[in-house]
Amino acid sequence: MSNPLSMLFGKSPIKPLQEHMILVTDCAAELADFLGNAIADDWDAASARYESICTLENRADDIKRELRLHMPKGLFMPVSRSDLLELLTVQDNIANRARDIAGLMLGRRMAIPGPVQEDMRQLVAAAIAVTRQALKIINELDELLEAGFAGREVDLVEGLIRELDEEERKADKLERTLRHNLFAVEKDYHPLDMMFLYDIIEKVGGLANRARRVGGRLQTLVAR
Amino acid sequence: MTLLAEYGQILIILACVFGFFMAWGVGANDVSNAMGTSVGSKALTLRQAILVAMVFEFLGAYLAGGEVTGTIRSGIVDASAMADVPHLMVYGMLSALLASGVWLLIATSMGWPVSTTHSIVGAVVGFAVVGLGPEFVKWGKVTQIAMSWVISPLIAGVIAFSLFRSVQYLILDTEDPFARAKRYIPLYMFAVGFLMSMVTLEKGLKHVFDESHIELSFLESCFYASLVGLAVVAVGTYFLSRVERNLEREKANRFYSVEKVFAVLMVFTACSMAFAHGSNDVANAVGPLAAIVGVVKSGNVTATTAVPSWILLLGAVGIVVGLATYGYKVMATIGHKITELTPSRGFAAELGAASTVVLASATGLPISTTHTLVGAVLGVGLARGIAALNLRVIGSIFASWLVTLPAGAGLAILFFFFFKGLFG
Repeated sequence: MSNPLSMLFGKSPIKPLQEHMILVTDCAAELADFLGNAIADDWDAASARYESICTLENRADDIKRELRLHMPKGLFMPVSRSDLLELLTVQDNIANRARDIAGLMLGRRMAIPGPVQEDMRQLVAAAIAVTRQALKIINELDELLEAGFAGREVDLVEGLIRELDEEERKADKLERTLRHNLFAVEKDYHPLDMMFLYDIIEKVGGLANRARRVGGRLQTLVAR
Repeated sequence: MTLLAEYGQILIILACVFGFFMAWGVGANDVSNAMGTSVGSKALTLRQAILVAMVFEFLGAYLAGGEVTGTIRSGIVDASAMADVPHLMVYGMLSALLASGVWLLIATSMGWPVSTTHSIVGAVVGFAVVGLGPEFVKWGKVTQIAMSWVISPLIAGVIAFSLFRSVQYLILDTEDPFARAKRYIPLYMFAVGFLMSMVTLEKGLKHVFDESHIELSFLESCFYASLVGLAVVAVGTYFLSRVERNLEREKANRFYSVEKVFAVLMVFTACSMAFAHGSNDVANAVGPLAAIVGVVKSGNVTATTAVPSWILLLGAVGIVVGLATYGYKVMATIGHKITELTPSRGFAAELGAASTVVLASATGLPISTTHTLVGAVLGVGLARGIAALNLRVIGSIFASWLVTLPAGAGLAILFFFFFKGLFG
């Protein structure tokens, strides 16, 4: 039955966007245990972690595809459609990055040198913390809609975004410390392994950076 | 003349059957649109919505449905020009009823968006132009009606937009939205009660007052309407006081408890929506019936007696029966589809639409409740209040105008010549 009133309402993108971000955060959070397994040299467990990261990433992908299909051009939304799609892409990149990191480490069975193991754990934990903060911000989307994307709710979100930037700076600092400490011991290990380890560090830093961009995207979303 | 005397009884019975059928159609299809918003926002359960709709559709139809009924009955066709041929008026109105009834049946089964208002107006104009001649149509009034179809969604949109903005300003964007909601919502409740009773007193109850020789000045009406408004506030405040904060649910959504407060308000706006709908749409069914009964009973077209109460009653009962037999299904479907409308938005949309419709009813303009509601929802959307609105629906509304008017007219012309051939 085509009723004007039931035709009028499109599917809200907010709930799927939040569900997507939850999956993405879960995906990134798996990296902590994955790293633990890698450091313990338990590659069977690490492989199982990698599988679960891939499953989560696939589910996030499904939501992404579904959401893109349900955001046709004729939709009238309180925020711009292209901003929402950008936000979705940024979120999705976090999950992709998490999968890449785990994939590369698993493929090369990368051993983390003893002196930097703790630094590495901290960096990964910090990157996950940034992602969690990004999720917290995305969870404000329905409240933002409720308040009409204006007023106090926007101030609140901006506060959360400042915290997000702070978290990312912490991760940044840890990354630098890690590089510095690794530089001190790198000559004791195989050069190729070290090259790839630097690459992993770079990627983990990138993960935090992408999580921060979620906040940036949201800022453009509410600023109008 | 002898013709009417001979077949008068049959004609009236036929008209009653067709009119009841139309009213059934209004109840089955249109009411669900008026009430769907309340069900969708979960302010009312389906069962409660049906109950509210039954009571207030009935009241709206019976208490405030007279003006629009008068327009359909004698506002479109120029009765004074057909004093010599009263039977043509009877055939015409009969065919108009049958035509829009049949057209609604076809359109509904095919899933096309149609409006009862548009089909009946199209049908009446159609038989008048072809069956009688263009000079028998009051084109000024018809233009006015057509204009109102464009303007009513706009007005509803503006009202809904302003209402929602006021909600944002007074309640949502404040330190303690819950406390503010409890403080300010009675104001909106007063507006609901005042508006509905004002229209009823000033326009709707004319036929009752005339019979019992009561005259109310404008100020007196204001006074009584204020009393009703205050009564609504009293009842509403009692229910508001029973809403408690749910801190557990507020963790997930800070506005959870505030929306619960708005849900109370929405019960009242749902009543007003059903009332407004009844007051405007009952005319689609009983307007032609009133014309037929008027002509057959008095034997001439020019008599301007008030619309008899029993005719409004028949229409009101028809609407309720339509709702009870089929409308609840449609209501469930629509309610399911528009869950995105939270009570704070739903109330703004409903009150915007209801006040527009009830004002149109008071002016005697037959408008489409559904289109008005669509306009109101778009108004809330413009205030950045709704996650996603499908603008293609505007196209479908234009399509419904373009298709329904000629279809109603064409069928009415067909039936008109059929009745003319049958009765002579």
